[in-house]
Amino acid sequence: METGKLSIGGIQEALRARRVSARELAREAMRAAREQNAASNAWLLVAEERAMRAAEAVDAALERGEEPGPLAGVPLAVKDNIATRGVRTTCGSRLLEHFVPPYDATAVARLAQAGAVVIGKTNCDEFAMGSSNENSAFGPVRNPAAPERVPGGSSGGSAAAVAQGAVVAALGSDTGGSIRQPASFCGVVGLSPTYGRVSRYGLVAFASSLDRIGPLARNVRDAARILQAMAGRDERDSTSAFAPVPDYEAVMTGEARGLRVGVPREYFEGLAGGTAEQMEKAKTLLASLGCDLREISLPHTPYAIPCYYIVCTAEASSNLARYDGVRYTWRATQAETLKEMYERTRGQGFGAECKRRIMLGTYVLSAGYYDAYYLKAQQVRTLITRDFLAAFEQVDVIAAPVSPFPAFRLGEKLDDPLQMYLSDIFTITASLAGLPAMSVPCGQTGEGLPVGLQLIGPHFGEPVLFRLAEAFERAGGAEL
Amino acid sequence: MKITEQEVRYVAALAHLELSAEEVQRMTHDLDGILAHMDKLRELDTSGVPPMAQVLYPGAENSTLREDEPREPLAHEEAMANAPAAGAGCFKVPRVIER
Repeated sequence: METGKLSIGGIQEALRARRVSARELAREAMRAAREQNAASNAWLLVAEERAMRAAEAVDAALERGEEPGPLAGVPLAVKDNIATRGVRTTCGSRLLEHFVPPYDATAVARLAQAGAVVIGKTNCDEFAMGSSNENSAFGPVRNPAAPERVPGGSSGGSAAAVAQGAVVAALGSDTGGSIRQPASFCGVVGLSPTYGRVSRYGLVAFASSLDRIGPLARNVRDAARILQAMAGRDERDSTSAFAPVPDYEAVMTGEARGLRVGVPREYFEGLAGGTAEQMEKAKTLLASLGCDLREISLPHTPYAIPCYYIVCTAEASSNLARYDGVRYTWRATQAETLKEMYERTRGQGFGAECKRRIMLGTYVLSAGYYDAYYLKAQQVRTLITRDFLAAFEQVDVIAAPVSPFPAFRLGEKLDDPLQMYLSDIFTITASLAGLPAMSVPCGQTGEGLPVGLQLIGPHFGEPVLFRLAEAFERAGGAEL
Repeated sequence: MKITEQEVRYVAALAHLELSAEEVQRMTHDLDGILAHMDKLRELDTSGVPPMAQVLYPGAENSTLREDEPREPLAHEEAMANAPAAGAGCFKVPRVIER
């Protein structure tokens, strides 16, 4: 049977009716990943042995008449900054080129427990720092919709792999938009859940007050099923939330009538490349679903970029201090002293963007600058969060573009780091506030480039995001 | 100028980061532009605004603490397996103490 475009539900049905085996699904996914990688460079590794072992376990459970789990046989890709036991995890960095984790991230372990089959690891910006996937030590990823353009970043490989179709879903990580922006550039669904909703144990730390793990998938329901299986408290991550995990599918009725949808005016300025037109169509579709669209204001939006790049670089400079060539990284040779060994290893091991962020973060935390930069940014972060909390007193969900423009050309912003940072303007706000936010496909521009509609919910508001996103999708949002 | 080459070299030393002369030059230029943009925050009066030290913490104060019960740790060989240089169960580094 044709397995390439099956949904999670379709796979469960086919497996249980014995129309396909988990081994066949895994073999086909690995074949497709290898074939599609030639065009995209989305994959850093195909985990043949692990995938076949997991698929055999699912088939054996079915043979014995046991329940193999809600994600049985589902081919899954994992971003290469998320630890997979026995499977190389490079973070897109030369420093970790040969690093093989001795454990699974909790998110990976829970999905595997639910029967999902890890097919391989996907390319990303080095240590998840970037908005284009051009900062990978293992080469850029190409956008499946337009090969001369970027797939977005930093989870560019995960988005491209899902868009190309080898896997049903992928895990990504989102610090300032790293799931949502590539999802929008590649035309797939991407969710950054509420801060703390999914355990980060095993996610290589970039900026700990911002980092999250979330799913990328071909449709909203599949994304919900992935989140369902991995959300919830984990005692190995002290920041993971105690809040109970609701039944996400129960809310997907296709009905969105009466939902109050806030449209923040600050997010509709300076849109380019056909994004404004797609947003107008999205608003019309939301209105036709019976949503109550209301213009709102998030007045501190213009301060989000400086605020974010102070907080995230400060945290990154601290988190990346561990890559010193002693315990698990590549080490520079020909160093006489310990200090020289640290400096050479880090100087030669990190790429340009990581170095830039380590430098910025070290600077803003250094003596004499802490109050002017870091403390100030943390205060502004409070103001940005208050904007959202006030807005959610009037609306149930906020709708906005994910990015001011569709996928840009490879190399276009590479030499101007500030321009690259500025492209994150619409995603970093929800990151700073810890809010759940999603990118849902919203048609294509005249040039055929995908555009994503961003839906932002209140803390732990994943159900309202899924409800509206699924209704939008069902009403033809992807074909706008 | 927000930052000089001399300051860049000082910060690189704090961060244990070896930068070539060319990198120092480029870094100074890049950081200068980014720091100038960050000055935008000065427009805002934040007196009396608490810094956002905690993103979201809906649990009780001590709820992340577990019982202090010993558990099986990661095996020693597994913990050492990714070391660039190891021996006798230890990480090896260049000499730090002169005899």
